[in-house]
Amino acid sequence: MSSEDVLNPKQMPHDPEKATLEGRNKFLAFWFFLGGETVLFASLFGTYLALNGSTQGENTPEHLFGLELVFIMTMLLLTSSLTSVYAMYHMKNHNFQKMQLWLGITVVLGLGFLGMEIYEFYHYIHHYEFTFRSSAFGSAFYTLVGFHGGHVLFGLSWIVTLMIRNQKRGLNLYNAPKFYIASLYWHFIDVVWVFIFTVVYLMGKVG
Amino acid sequence: MADNTHSKPVHQREFEKKQHREEMKQQVLTFALMILFTLIAFGMVIMEINSYFVIPTLIILAVVQVAFQLYYFMHMKNKGHDMVAMMMYGGAAVAGLTIITFVSIVWW
Repeated sequence: MSSEDVLNPKQMPHDPEKATLEGRNKFLAFWFFLGGETVLFASLFGTYLALNGSTQGENTPEHLFGLELVFIMTMLLLTSSLTSVYAMYHMKNHNFQKMQLWLGITVVLGLGFLGMEIYEFYHYIHHYEFTFRSSAFGSAFYTLVGFHGGHVLFGLSWIVTLMIRNQKRGLNLYNAPKFYIASLYWHFIDVVWVFIFTVVYLMGKVG
Repeated sequence: MADNTHSKPVHQREFEKKQHREEMKQQVLTFALMILFTLIAFGMVIMEINSYFVIPTLIILAVVQVAFQLYYFMHMKNKGHDMVAMMMYGGAAVAGLTIITFVSIVWW
């Protein structure tokens, strides 16, 4: 890619993420992948729903979960979804610096979420001795929520890598699809979290 | 793709910017609704409403919130997303079957 390909408002295709064949292929293939991810998470949700009654001792969903922490985590992730929408808004208007800024805010919110999840797991393990091996409920819980946490970690690394790699390049038709797809992944993480806070935490509290 | 990247008239640029602003407005509204749904969901559980009513309502709220996320934040409402919709609905259908299967196998 030569410097001529750097976008400026005077010479820009309408949707930079889909202006090239490579970009369109990435876009379609990524949605294909998201369809597969849906099925992957469904199998983890199915396992959790089937096993969440198989508890050991006092460590039941109702006893363990605290809604305050989950509420803050939900707000952080939901807000980070909006900030990545802002990033894509600035990408479509070809404002690279503002896009980087909003992606940076997204990363900070995502890190806050991840930190709180690590704290949550630490708390369960040390104060309740509730581990992956304590019961079928424990295994199902840590697998499902931990897998989502792993996705958050991967998404954060992905966005940070893109931001650093393209810092000096600016926006062009080669990297616009990459940013767009990373933001789709980030939204999908939020989609999964909506079901986790509903099915695991809220329904766990209702009993 | 070469013609695409040539300079285009100012009014065209202005029009596109305006379109993006309109879309952004919708997205902020979507975000407000998603926050509202989340508050309702947490509120119902904290107030300990009858669980026969709460659980279906929680699931409906989650599904609506996810639809907002997919259609507005991830742009599935825009043109050129037919294949995307096919893949996501296909994925959702298999996902539903998977959950039904897992849950019913363990029950029996």
